[in-house]
Amino acid sequence: MSTETAAAEKEVVKESVPKEPLFSAKNKRLLTDPLDDDNPITVQVLGICSALAITVQVQQAVVMSLSVLFVMLFGNMIIASLRNSIPSRIRIIVQLVVVAALVILVNEILKAFLPDISEKLSVFVGLIITNCIIMGRFEAFAMGNKVFPSALDGIGNAIGYAWILVAVAIVREVFGSGAISFPGVGQIKFIPASFFEMGYMNNNFMILPPMALITVGVIIWIQRSRNQKLIEEN
Amino acid sequence: MEAVNIFVKSIFIDNMIFAYFLGMCSYLAVSKTVKTAVGLGAAVIFVLGITVPINFLLENYVLKEGALEWLDPSLATTDLSFLSFILFIAVIASMVQLVEMIVEKFAPALYGALGIFLPLIAVNCSILGGSLFMQDRQYASIGDATVFGLGSGVGWFLAILAIAAIREKIRYSNVPAPLRGLGITFIITGLMGIGFMSFMGIEL
Repeated sequence: MSTETAAAEKEVVKESVPKEPLFSAKNKRLLTDPLDDDNPITVQVLGICSALAITVQVQQAVVMSLSVLFVMLFGNMIIASLRNSIPSRIRIIVQLVVVAALVILVNEILKAFLPDISEKLSVFVGLIITNCIIMGRFEAFAMGNKVFPSALDGIGNAIGYAWILVAVAIVREVFGSGAISFPGVGQIKFIPASFFEMGYMNNNFMILPPMALITVGVIIWIQRSRNQKLIEEN
Repeated sequence: MEAVNIFVKSIFIDNMIFAYFLGMCSYLAVSKTVKTAVGLGAAVIFVLGITVPINFLLENYVLKEGALEWLDPSLATTDLSFLSFILFIAVIASMVQLVEMIVEKFAPALYGALGIFLPLIAVNCSILGGSLFMQDRQYASIGDATVFGLGSGVGWFLAILAIAAIREKIRYSNVPAPLRGLGITFIITGLMGIGFMSFMGIEL
């Protein structure tokens, strides 16, 4: 009897709390914040290694971004639904097992449907396991939030990661190789041939890793001069 | 002598940060002051020094083709190397959890300062990278592997110490406002990377 009344009371309390709409302002901010104000690469400083390593070509960057989107979305949802049953002392191992399982899945899918790109990316798809953006979002968000907000957070952060990656890749490929190669279409030249006749040369330095760092630095510079509130004290 | 060569090589020529750009996330985020940088650098040396020899044993007695022969002669052709990713990361994660508990117990101030980046050592690419390079280069003995792990850690330590010292000093210079903090750190690291490229041709 008493348990019944308690259950009924709970029901009443639940009803009195207005249900949050699916895309409330708060949930929308989860999606849009990581694009600019809370970008995983330029503001949170997560996932830099892969941003430097695979931005030599645009198509690699796009495939990498999609893989990260998949792993982030499902990883965040799995961790958010398990968050109350993971003992905090062994949470890292649990998180790594979830990521490793998803990454193995992505790797197999890429091998089956995109064998060429999979061959180029092979090591770096494996390194999604150690991409700190994924663990960072697990620790900072999915461990303390419900499944749906965590899914939105995953999508938002993956897209925030993707646009920086693609931007860096475009700069490096255009100045390093003079053309962007697309699967199926072939190379599309961005530097006109007349430039080469006048003595213009591709800057092979752009292909080397240090230039990825400097390109990201310049992107941060541009972003922060547009978005003044991101400027740091020193 | 071989061990000394491996040590010097892994510090300067194959520097984790400047030659391979591994472990950048924590390198950029924890290098604001020399003190926290030293703490994290020491943790990385410790974790690399432990995980590389453990993974060396795993590689040579469990994973490599024919490595299980000591168990039973019929296993001489078994190749388990496709499991290396998940086994290496399991070893690394448990070691990091151990370090986290030790630091929390004995240095709570450092624990507070390192914040989210202590658990993130587990996903510091330089740690997994160390084990994968060890697998790739096939060191002859566990001694060589340990020296390689420690050397890589020291190289990472030197890199983060250098950038932290530069960042402490750069506070007094007139950097353009939007470039302050992260932006200028990226550019300085790029320039340091170009400098370290000059070590690449050296044969030891």
